[in-house]
Amino acid sequence: MPSVVSKQYSDDVSLLVLLLDTNPLFWSTTSITFSQFLSHVLAFLNAVLGLNQLNQVVVIATGYSSCDYIYDSSLTSNHGNLESNGTGMPALFGSLLKKLEDFVTKDEELSREEVSEDRIPSCLLSGSLSMALCYIQRVFRSGHLHPQPRILCLQGSPDGPEQYVAVMNSIFSAQRLMVPIDSCYIGVQNSAFLQQASYITGGVHHTPKQLDGLFQYLTTIFATDLHSRSFVQLPKPIGVDFRASCFCHKKTIDMGYICSVCLSIFCEHHKKCSTCGSVFGQSKLDDASSVSDKKRKAPST
Amino acid sequence: MLLFVPNDPKSDLKLKVQTHNIKSQKYTKQGSNKPPWLNLTNKQGRSHIFEFENYPDMHACRDFITKALAKCDEESNKSVVSTPSEQLSMAEFELRFKLLRENSELQKLHKQFVESKVLTEDEFWSTRKKLLGKYSIRKSKQQMGLKSMMVSGIKPSSDGRTNRVTFTLTSEIIFQIFAEKPAVRQAFIDYVPKKMTEKDFWTKYFRAEYLYSTKNTAEAAEDEELAVFLKPDEILAREARQKMRRVDPTLDMDADQGDDYTHLMDHGIQRDGTNDAVEPQNDQHRRSLLQDLNRHAAVVLEGRCIVDVESEETRIVAEALTRAKQVSKANQERLERMSRAAEMEDLQAPQNFPLAPLSIKDPRDYFESQQGNVLSEPRGARASKRNVYEAYGLLKESILEIRMTGLSDPLVKPEVSFEVFSSLTRTISTAKNIIGKNPRESFLDRLPKSTKDEVIHDVIFNHAATPSNPCSRNLTAYGLMCMAMKQSVQSDLRHQVSLLVRSMQQALDAAFQHYESDLQRRTAKIA
Repeated sequence: MPSVVSKQYSDDVSLLVLLLDTNPLFWSTTSITFSQFLSHVLAFLNAVLGLNQLNQVVVIATGYSSCDYIYDSSLTSNHGNLESNGTGMPALFGSLLKKLEDFVTKDEELSREEVSEDRIPSCLLSGSLSMALCYIQRVFRSGHLHPQPRILCLQGSPDGPEQYVAVMNSIFSAQRLMVPIDSCYIGVQNSAFLQQASYITGGVHHTPKQLDGLFQYLTTIFATDLHSRSFVQLPKPIGVDFRASCFCHKKTIDMGYICSVCLSIFCEHHKKCSTCGSVFGQSKLDDASSVSDKKRKAPST
Repeated sequence: MLLFVPNDPKSDLKLKVQTHNIKSQKYTKQGSNKPPWLNLTNKQGRSHIFEFENYPDMHACRDFITKALAKCDEESNKSVVSTPSEQLSMAEFELRFKLLRENSELQKLHKQFVESKVLTEDEFWSTRKKLLGKYSIRKSKQQMGLKSMMVSGIKPSSDGRTNRVTFTLTSEIIFQIFAEKPAVRQAFIDYVPKKMTEKDFWTKYFRAEYLYSTKNTAEAAEDEELAVFLKPDEILAREARQKMRRVDPTLDMDADQGDDYTHLMDHGIQRDGTNDAVEPQNDQHRRSLLQDLNRHAAVVLEGRCIVDVESEETRIVAEALTRAKQVSKANQERLERMSRAAEMEDLQAPQNFPLAPLSIKDPRDYFESQQGNVLSEPRGARASKRNVYEAYGLLKESILEIRMTGLSDPLVKPEVSFEVFSSLTRTISTAKNIIGKNPRESFLDRLPKSTKDEVIHDVIFNHAATPSNPCSRNLTAYGLMCMAMKQSVQSDLRHQVSLLVRSMQQALDAAFQHYESDLQRRTAKIA
């Protein structure tokens, strides 16, 4: 995808909307603790704000059952509150942490009401993406002079398949608005949503291997403003994993059979499609050996 | 011979009038203010006016004269003109006449020879038998259609002298009357010969027509038989109603509401073209021009339904027509059955075909299976309530912790940082080098080990003094490395190296340019 064209205003003023994953089910299973993670993130936010005086940062917490705005650097009320307990936390982020705590409490209450136990422990990515896009839209409509917005998604939870359509819609809206979605995935599995989001909108996707160097990753890759990205090479994945998994054995394949009615994928020849029930004709290929001779696409790392 | 003698016994005048001399008679009307006069005009142009004492006398005289004239006419008609001596059938004579009329050349020849007594008729026609034969064949083959002139258009010849109205009645006219008015036909079958003779029947019929046309329907209603002729035709109405009920769904515009025109109100143009308002008491006898016209048109278009019309027997004709109508009814029934059998899809009720329910699998299965595929181990993947509470608790603890302790110092260990950097640079370089080669192999790796060492050695020791800002230190190192490579690389790889180096150099130049301009701008701002 071509890199994003930089817009009006001074070149490298950026508005960074950070989507912070606060899914407790994920954070209870990681090697890095949430507090360490938070410290990396907060330092990164500081660095972004330090790059340019006019930079803005907005933080949205992505919870298990809800999302909310946690921090907005353009609001002046941030600096008022001084932590009364005499903490080591800079006052800049005092309100952020307070709001985060309130949000987590609220989220806990909401998740208590939820009945379904069968859900994959994903965070509400679609919700936070929508909120980010709404904020950015408001910024666009505020006038000619505005920073160049981008979204950074810090996530570790796996993808929730029930959010597929909503997430794709958000991604396409971001593409229309020309807002790149960067994604930093710190979880175990591969997140197909985030890969596709970054690929389609022209953002950067990276999966850090060493989580204790997270700050370094963040500052090297994700602190770059949109204007600089036209001449700075950022590590991009070689290819997006658009590979599908076959419907019969659930293994990822890059060559197989497709039902022409419902587009469901099979790794071997079937007489009938198991999804829509349409009957297949005779297979053109005689045996499996001729399939393997064909050139295979390079698998991603 | 008529002899007129005045009432006055004293006068001695006598008038003799030859009956056949009288052309016409006129009389004054009873209701007018004029005295009762009778005016007789004779053929020479002279007229005699007689004055009577009262109207009944005048009427009596008038009737007498009418009778005398009629008798006179009858006598005169009895003298028949003698026919020629040749034994010709009427038909052949007609044929000859027709031929002569149509063929003007033949007429000229005929005139020339026969009328100048050169040839006799027989001799003339014997040589032209072929023509006659052809003509007769032609005549007999072709069927004549019905006249388009209406029955009501047959105006009677009214004789002013004898005060008689004479209708001419040919078999053609009889046929037409029977075809157009089935009620009259039915009446004929009923009344003749039981109640009255045929002549009487027709007299009554025409009297009814005449009375209708002169708007004397009140008089006619009294007579039961006349009423039959004047009533709206019940049979027609019945037929029309039947037709309307039986309209074929195959949309054969056979009949519609307009067919029952005997009951339709129209604007009351009466049969003889007058536009008077209709008298209410004679409503049932009202027939309008439109109705008659429609019926006549329908009959003409139908054509002759019986072939043999030459029979003079009126009764036979009437019965034949009735039979023909019955046959057509039978045909109708057959057609009806056929049309009922013919199925029309778009006129049927909507068929509810048995539907097979659409079965599409829940898309969530696919995505969940995707996840299931990628999950290496399902460690606590399913959220149970207890896990959730615990997790939230842990999270809140973490937040509290960071609030207390603040950011850690150092945030990132330097070794870790260095590792991150190197891996990132490697990632970037490998990404650039993929042109169908093995992606894992980096360009640098493909160079022989010694060259690589040399290059790195060069870079670090010889170019360390280059002024560069800390931000682009990494980039500078890489760029210098590439420049060094250009010098020490083997010939077969030089092209690719140069390509690589060129693009890198361009990027670096742009970066340096940008930095320098930025620096200038900042110094300008401060200054």
